Amino acid sequence: MRKFIALGLVYAIVQILIMTNLISGYFQATLVTIGINIILAVSLNLITGFTGQFSLGHAGFMSVGAYVCAIVTMRMPTIPGFILGVVLGAVAAAILGFLVGLPTLRLRGDYLAIATLGMSEIIRIIFLNLEITNGAAGLIGIPQFINWTWLFIFTVGIVLLLSNFVKSAHGRACISIREDEIAAESMGVDTIRYKVIAFIIGAACAGIAGAIYASYFYYLEPNLFGFLKSVDVLVIVVLGGLGSLSGSMLAAILLALISTYLQSFPEIRMVLYSLILIVIMIFRPQGLMGSREISLSVFSKLGNNKLWDRFKSQKGGH
Amino acid sequence: MPILSVERVTKAFGGLAAVSNVSLDIMEGELVGLIGPNGAGKTTLFNLLTGIYVPDSGTINLSIDNQRIPLNGLRPHSICQKGLARTFQNIRLFKDLTVLENVLIAMHQNIKYGLLTSFLHLPAYKREEEKLLQDSIELLRIFDLDKKKDELARNLPYGEQRHLEIIRALATNPKLLLLDEPAAGMNPAETANLMDIIGWIREKFNLTILLIEHDMTLVMNICERIYVLDYGMVIASGTPDEVRTNKRVIEAYLGEDINNA
Ligand SMILES: Nc1ncnc2c1ncn2[C@@H]1O[C@H](COP(=O)(O)OP(=O)(O)OP(=O)(O)O)[C@@H](O)[C@H]1O
Ligand SMILES: [Mg+2]
Repeated sequence: MRKFIALGLVYAIVQILIMTNLISGYFQATLVTIGINIILAVSLNLITGFTGQFSLGHAGFMSVGAYVCAIVTMRMPTIPGFILGVVLGAVAAAILGFLVGLPTLRLRGDYLAIATLGMSEIIRIIFLNLEITNGAAGLIGIPQFINWTWLFIFTVGIVLLLSNFVKSAHGRACISIREDEIAAESMGVDTIRYKVIAFIIGAACAGIAGAIYASYFYYLEPNLFGFLKSVDVLVIVVLGGLGSLSGSMLAAILLALISTYLQSFPEIRMVLYSLILIVIMIFRPQGLMGSREISLSVFSKLGNNKLWDRFKSQKGGH
Repeated sequence: MPILSVERVTKAFGGLAAVSNVSLDIMEGELVGLIGPNGAGKTTLFNLLTGIYVPDSGTINLSIDNQRIPLNGLRPHSICQKGLARTFQNIRLFKDLTVLENVLIAMHQNIKYGLLTSFLHLPAYKREEEKLLQDSIELLRIFDLDKKKDELARNLPYGEQRHLEIIRALATNPKLLLLDEPAAGMNPAETANLMDIIGWIREKFNLTILLIEHDMTLVMNICERIYVLDYGMVIASGTPDEVRTNKRVIEAYLGEDINNA
């Protein structure tokens, strides 16, 4: 319950700040980027951090969601059209996740990374050559539907669903694959099935992230979804901690803020950005959060615990 | 009808026949020992039975409730689901997970809720998780591990890691349990205690057990029948007394004092 009150507060405060123009349009774009990166990172974390499957294909899944949603909303520029676009984008990405997953999940480690990278590049080249995606010129004038409310719903919704999933028996099955695939199989876990499930879920979420991107930034071109985009997501996941959803969120926010603040120093931006990453990886090689999660009880511990206890005991005493 | 019947199974690695033309039958409820010198092919045989390796030739059949189930070609998880569970000689716990999580994962077949429930934590989630938790703690009690349920498996002392391996195998609800050197690294008192518990588990869970063990005293004492492997082949089988006096066994164990057992 406390979780939902906290979330409601975050939503309301940002909404008020936007309505009173205290959050600039520029910073709103940063918020959208943060939301998209959180979705991308938590979903890649499910594949790589929880299930232990190295993937460099997240940009590919994202691009499918983005293009499908854009193509739908450009023909149906209404809220139902937008919702349909997001759903179809997620489904298309999920189907792709399944198709890529089945044959390639027998591969391990580097091989899987190369296969997913190849998949992602093939998709990019297809989008470069299709008529409906307008090739290299890209799609312009995609209707904008994403506002803070939609962003919040999608981001928080996906994070909550995934965090429920990893705490379930099915999530544990995924984690057991990361820990020891042979032991997992020997204990009755169909490892191929759960790897495919992780890929499908991860791909669907990446598709939604793509749909959000398309529905906020007006413009899509295939080169937005190159190899470096997948690496960006992987950096967030590793930085936040493999196997920690809150770590992924923290890292997504941190990196977006850092790159926003470094925006004014374009020459040194990439250098500083890389330096910060290197420093963090030297001092926290397991990522900011390791595989732990932040829970809301941490915040109540941070607050004055004794005061809270006294308050409770007084309440109980009367 | 034997619960497990292995017929002329062979597995070679390159030129080396690790398991060669092995046939064996295990009857329901038996406690059978599998012995042999280092490198005889015992663990390889377990890996063949559990589907980790595929036999080059030969057949493996399980019979549960008078139903014959060919195991050839099945993947390890289906073999486990048919009722054949194992422990690993070189302990393969989920080391960075808790003791409890190790057992919960092994209860995988008992999950009675689907993906949708796990995303939304519908009421069935709480009910079923509670049940899995109770069942797991029940199993952990066998080796007094319930108190350590929240410790990481890697932090358990070696002997308790072996205990947890057995509990994890039991959690899959097996009919036939394969134990690969469960007493390795334990002192004589711990070993004796372990043997008592294995006997008790067998009664309580109605199990058939196939046990690899180097400790002769132990094997001779608790096993009803013994198979002896050497260079991948079965060189003898029978009751402990028959095996103890078998000439080929004595030769295979030359230098080791099998008759002291
Ligand atoms: N995956 C593999 N690849 C190549 N050779 C293998 C493999 N697994 C086992 N072997 C070889 O097969 C033979 C039998 O090994 P196995 O582990 O089955 O012996 P074991 O009877 O269990 O011995 P120990 O008592 O030492 O555990 C050994 O020579 C071993 O080196
Ligand atoms: Mg062995």
